[in-house]
Amino acid sequence: MAKSSGRTLYDKVWESHTVDILPTGQTQLFIGLHLIHEITTAPAFDMVRENGFDVAFPERTFATVDHIVPTDLRTRPFLDSQAEELTQALEKNVGEFGIEFFGLDSDSQGIVHVIGPQLGLTQPGMTLACGDSHTSTHGAFGTLAFGIGTSQVRDVLATQTLATDKLKVRRINVNGNLSDGVYAKDVILNIIRRLGVAGGKGFVYEYDGAVVDKMNMEERMTVCNMSIEGGALLGYVNPDATTFEFLKGRRFVPKGAGFERAVSYWSSIRSDPDARYDEVVNMDGSQIEPTVTWGINPGQAVGISEKLPLPEEFSDPEGARKAYQHMGWKPGSPILGTPINVAFVGSCTNSRLSDLRAAAKIAKGRKVHPGIRALVVPGSTGVKALAEKEGLHEIFTEAGFEWRAAGCSMCLAMNPDKLKGREICASSSNRNFIGRQGSPEGRTILMSPAMVAAAALNGKIVDVREYI
Amino acid sequence: MSAVIKISKVSGTAIPVRGNDIDTDRIIPARYLKEVTFARMGEYPFYDERFDAEGKTKPHPFNDAKYKGASILFVNKNFGCGSSREHAPQALFRFGIKAIVGESFAAIFAGNCVMLGIPAVTLGEREMEELIRLAESASQTNFTLDLAAKKLSYGTDRSVSVGIPESSRKALLEGSWDSTAMLRANLDKAKTVAARLPYMTGFMG
Ligand code: SF4
Repeated sequence: MAKSSGRTLYDKVWESHTVDILPTGQTQLFIGLHLIHEITTAPAFDMVRENGFDVAFPERTFATVDHIVPTDLRTRPFLDSQAEELTQALEKNVGEFGIEFFGLDSDSQGIVHVIGPQLGLTQPGMTLACGDSHTSTHGAFGTLAFGIGTSQVRDVLATQTLATDKLKVRRINVNGNLSDGVYAKDVILNIIRRLGVAGGKGFVYEYDGAVVDKMNMEERMTVCNMSIEGGALLGYVNPDATTFEFLKGRRFVPKGAGFERAVSYWSSIRSDPDARYDEVVNMDGSQIEPTVTWGINPGQAVGISEKLPLPEEFSDPEGARKAYQHMGWKPGSPILGTPINVAFVGSCTNSRLSDLRAAAKIAKGRKVHPGIRALVVPGSTGVKALAEKEGLHEIFTEAGFEWRAAGCSMCLAMNPDKLKGREICASSSNRNFIGRQGSPEGRTILMSPAMVAAAALNGKIVDVREYI
Repeated sequence: MSAVIKISKVSGTAIPVRGNDIDTDRIIPARYLKEVTFARMGEYPFYDERFDAEGKTKPHPFNDAKYKGASILFVNKNFGCGSSREHAPQALFRFGIKAIVGESFAAIFAGNCVMLGIPAVTLGEREMEELIRLAESASQTNFTLDLAAKKLSYGTDRSVSVGIPESSRKALLEGSWDSTAMLRANLDKAKTVAARLPYMTGFMG
């Protein structure tokens, strides 16, 4: 027993997936699941072909289209010829190498980080890689999920392994209770605000504490999703009964005796009670209020009742000044009441059924403020179907929101959904970077889906607690 | 597999881009990710910071003639944060950047740089400020990054020590940064590891 004690989930999964220690000193890790999409993969397949390799484990790779797909008119060929070309390149590659593909006509299509969990592909104690930084989302299941670049996608295709360095583990305990109107999104925005957008550099984040314990899987995904915005390559939550319950019965999850064996494996990879951490951070969840960003990175966030901070309060005042210059706001004024032009509920952070329910609860029986363009973009075709089954689409459309098909949409605006000019968008996505939503002058305020809905109804930033 | 290319030294003039937390959306806007290959990425680095909506140039070091031909990029903290898009280092590389010196780099970006054979090395805040000022005031200064010695030297006799993860340094020096062949050589071992993982057989017991 003594031998196995004192290890984190990260240690255990790392160890069981280690193929070799490379001459560079890096570890070669086996990757249990590889998810791919249309944007980061075409050159990777080209490199595999040019080098005369094959795809080593095609049965462990799954593909979908999400980033570039239109969310209104989805007929082929797409109006955007580049979108069409990229989609065709993926279709050709998955066909040639025998990779299962959830294309536009599949009811399993959707944002790669939404469908992995939904199909039960993402499982505890697995290593997972995807050419996308928000791959950290899958850590919600106790999965070591790596966001990688295109050359690494090539490596995973050709070898089903990655060369990578082991990191330190920082445990983040969110203690206490969240108040009404405070969501997982507010939790992670506050973690990043406190530890900084580069604070996670060199670390993996393990999230725990009463607040995380009580979260459902979709909430845990929201938290893990934005680990990368805090500079941590991976984030994870130890799997528990909530995890197992979520997975039971999903398409790629074993049934019957196989499920029992899976649960016992999944339980065995939890961090030991006496696991050693390189750092432990404690936060009080009861202190968190609905939170929004005011700047150009996700760490530049404030509680809804706070005033906009002064640049001098930061270790990098120049960075804060640059943010104010872009946003056009005055330090010291309230964020509450800031007018918006666009409202976006969607993205791999907040486009799951519970997110749509939270937004619909606010929107129900009310109307989108005149002149506001409001979009609800479900994370997957499956989420869309579930939401429609409970009539959420009717609540949204009656209130004046556009109800769209699944995709990344205005999270990164590679499809026609874009901000124009200096528009301000209340967004449930994960990045408020300059230009992120498709206009170089556009402005993004990140917040929970319920806060986005409340902003849409009022045409300005309000405190969602007044609407629940 | 492409021939082994060992990278031990990068020499040239430097181009400074000031600011912390410069994300990869700023380095290359998402619309350029629609291209099927990386071939044209060298035209786009910092596009929206260099050009306005009409395509007119804005003041930016990458538009400034005095930095033309520079092969070393100077930056501040947390450079390359955000999206994993390899298009970002591809764009810089294809523009002519062969090494990056900064206070710190975001994890995925730093990894992507190694995969392309671009050393990304670190320095302290004060030293970085001095180097940036030097590049700004005397843009023809030649710098040499020596990975074996972990030094950046310039002028007649000046040099500073630089940091880089040991695994990255080794990969560049030994020419194993183009990692596929090295990983592929272990394919049998990978299969052995896979066979031990219960989920690979669907927990069939
Ligand atoms: S929703 Fe946004 S962050 Fe998530 S995968 Fe799509 S583009 Fe990336």
